Amino acid sequence: MTSEPFGDLIERCRAVEDDLVRRWRADVAASLRGRVSEIELDKELREILDAVLSAVSAAEGADTRSAAYGEARALLVDLSRARALQGFSPRETAVSVFALKKAVRESVGAGEEFLAFSDVIDELALFTFETYAKAREEVISNQAEQLLELATPVVKLWQGVVALPLVGTLDSARAQVVMEKLLQTLVDTGSEYAIIDITGVPAVDTQVAQHLLKTIVAARLMGAECIISGIRPQIAQTIVALGIEFGDIATKATLADALMLALGRIGVDVAAEMSKRGL
Amino acid sequence: MERLPILKIGPMLLVSIQVDLRDDMVIALQEDLADRIVDTGARGVVIDITALDIVDSFTGRMLATIAALSRVLDAETVVVGMRPAVAITLVELGLSLDGIKTALDVERGMRLLSSAGGVGR
Amino acid sequence: MTAQELPITGDADVVRVRQAVRAAAVEAKLSLVDQTKLVTAASELARNTLTYGGGGGALVEQLDNGLRKGVRAVFHDKGPGIADVAQALTDGFTSGSGMGLGLGGARRLVDEFVIETAPGDGTTVTVVKWAR
Repeated sequence: MTSEPFGDLIERCRAVEDDLVRRWRADVAASLRGRVSEIELDKELREILDAVLSAVSAAEGADTRSAAYGEARALLVDLSRARALQGFSPRETAVSVFALKKAVRESVGAGEEFLAFSDVIDELALFTFETYAKAREEVISNQAEQLLELATPVVKLWQGVVALPLVGTLDSARAQVVMEKLLQTLVDTGSEYAIIDITGVPAVDTQVAQHLLKTIVAARLMGAECIISGIRPQIAQTIVALGIEFGDIATKATLADALMLALGRIGVDVAAEMSKRGL
Repeated sequence: MERLPILKIGPMLLVSIQVDLRDDMVIALQEDLADRIVDTGARGVVIDITALDIVDSFTGRMLATIAALSRVLDAETVVVGMRPAVAITLVELGLSLDGIKTALDVERGMRLLSSAGGVGR
Repeated sequence: MTAQELPITGDADVVRVRQAVRAAAVEAKLSLVDQTKLVTAASELARNTLTYGGGGGALVEQLDNGLRKGVRAVFHDKGPGIADVAQALTDGFTSGSGMGLGLGGARRLVDEFVIETAPGDGTTVTVVKWAR
């Protein structure tokens, strides 16, 4: 098959390529309101136009899924990812592709062949849109993950003692991240004691309590002990009401008490340590 | 069949599992360890599973059996080096390995054995 | 999507199934904990296929539903089948030498769990784990 649905459109486009890019860039720049530099935009659009024209003039030029469009698709993936990361809206991103139609119509004319070319652009714009949506999803899930990371600091209190001060509502997803991070920290720091301080947790439900329990059992399997501190009266009542067995798990009223317990078990003489450090 | 090597270090035996465990190797280890405890009069057994990327119910049961077996032969068993992902999975699986001593690494495991139970007397 | 059919006729095959499932889980970008859970479930099920089903096979394949990637593993045997599935899924129940955590435990470790069986008709267990 030849590229006959497009007639001599490609040749005519090539002849006025500079004019085409200028018109196209003007429309795109207007929609992006100067947030991408003219030079950058010019280079970006020129590459895309060149790739699209080459693909259209190939044997299977009407099929945007064909190998001929490989480069054009790759460039559009770059464009939509960059736009998504820079926070451009879906509309602003799609316009970048659609505006090519207007530029071609104005500088080359809207003949019979233009319709076939228009179809190609529509397909490519849809493809861009799809890629944009995927990139946005990635951005959002990355941000969610980073937030979780931020919200769960594990701090080393002493050689062999780490603490996990929990603040805010614990849902199942966060509880799971916390659990994994705490256990990994035990390995990384070679700590045998972990204090989970829940002073800043307003409430716990069955699921969260179960997660806490699982963390403690998992830590034991690894050869470490967990101490829970800062259980508020309401939470204690919930735990009892839910019938959750804390069994032989050490609990302390405050983080300070929990630290003393851990230091005592390790065999640290606090007074001696203080004089050694000149305190 | 490949058998897991058992090293004697002072009054203790050390098994460091470095290969993908087959069930028949696990059963053989149980038998070999019982023999070695009796032969050497060892008072402690350290099983290092740092390199194991999974412990399923079969392997878990083996660890429990070895611990029980060695106790009968007057030796304490400590399992060391379980990875966090493995521990989380075991808990989810419903295996808490009650009654098995654990430690973060071989060194701590050996220290645990020599402080408890009077190993090294 | 790559699919891989592996025989389960001996202890060494259980190890090979674990390795194949691990490779697929890494490929599907499952987190380390999720990889470990899936491989452990596969280990339980492959052993069941061997011990109770008298041997069979496992089909390991990658999934992609457009939003997430995942791994599916299908364990099949032509053994005696299971008469009471609900009972077999109960923790602590065993007809063999295990701890009785195999089936029920494996179910807790995966996102999707389907068991098809009938007495005399063999057993097929399908598990799926999705990347989070």
